[in-house]
Amino acid sequence: MTLKINGKEEILEKEMTLTGLIKDKGLNGRNIVIECNLEIVPRQTWGKVDVKDGDSIEIISFTGGG
Amino acid sequence: MEDVLKIGGKEIKSRFFVGTGKFPDKAVVRDVLEASAAEVVTVAVRRVDPDSSDENILDHIPERCVLMTNTSGARDAAEAVRIARLAKAAGCGDWIKIEVINDNKYLLPDNKETIKAIEILAEEGFTVLPYMNPDLVDARRMVDAGAAAVMPLGSPIGSNRGFRTEEIVRIMVDEIKVPVIVDAGIGAPSEAARCMEIGADAVLVNTALSAAADPVKMAEAFSKAVEAGRSAYLAGIPERIEEASASSPLTGFLR
Repeated sequence: MTLKINGKEEILEKEMTLTGLIKDKGLNGRNIVIECNLEIVPRQTWGKVDVKDGDSIEIISFTGGG
Repeated sequence: MEDVLKIGGKEIKSRFFVGTGKFPDKAVVRDVLEASAAEVVTVAVRRVDPDSSDENILDHIPERCVLMTNTSGARDAAEAVRIARLAKAAGCGDWIKIEVINDNKYLLPDNKETIKAIEILAEEGFTVLPYMNPDLVDARRMVDAGAAAVMPLGSPIGSNRGFRTEEIVRIMVDEIKVPVIVDAGIGAPSEAARCMEIGADAVLVNTALSAAADPVKMAEAFSKAVEAGRSAYLAGIPERIEEASASSPLTGFLR
């Protein structure tokens, strides 16, 4: 399936949940927010939400800022 | 009576707020925050880059600090609201520095869009601190919209040009009932002291620290300056007069 992750088009070979996607990206999930098609996905549901073809996903975290 | 600053139901002892951007070495942020004794600390939200080894900034911020996420990158109210909601969902509290900028050269904030964002976010229960172009009428509108404080700029972001907006900020301090925090452009401790001397409630500094040769030492210097300026304001700075006024008695001269 083809989807957009942080603005970049990506092809995923297998089905996965958001938890799987985070793991696949090598992220530990701490202080991360996931927005799927402009909706914030509550952390407790990441394991139940499958990524779908055409999804636009934003994975967001904190950085230094003034 | 202890001199505490109250914002959004929280009591803040340190009137020196610190931004965490642009530090070449993130590990220095903790030392800067310790040296500054800052309690309110700004961070930004960005897309995660899995290919970068970028450390999590939150690892370097002491537990005691109140995180204030900025909405940098927002060009209008809707984008600011989106960023604020993401920050809240990340579980880092509900203090938001609204920053709406669509001017790329001077990075001056858009007060009108900022007011729209305040209305929405205050209604949703955020503690909203808008970064703004100094203006009394707009500041009043921001307070009416639910701002917990207003944060007029001293000069353009990162410019180190100092407290150039003193005349207007002075009026805001006199008229605005929520805390007035000078944010942006403060380049040296003396300028931060000046902000406090005229009655600003706090000062937010980032670039002057991150760009200093020794950011930790500079944080300490700013912290002292902010405290000194505050004490001077509370002490009541005497009026300026045109002519001299002798400090020693004018009688009993040995002549």
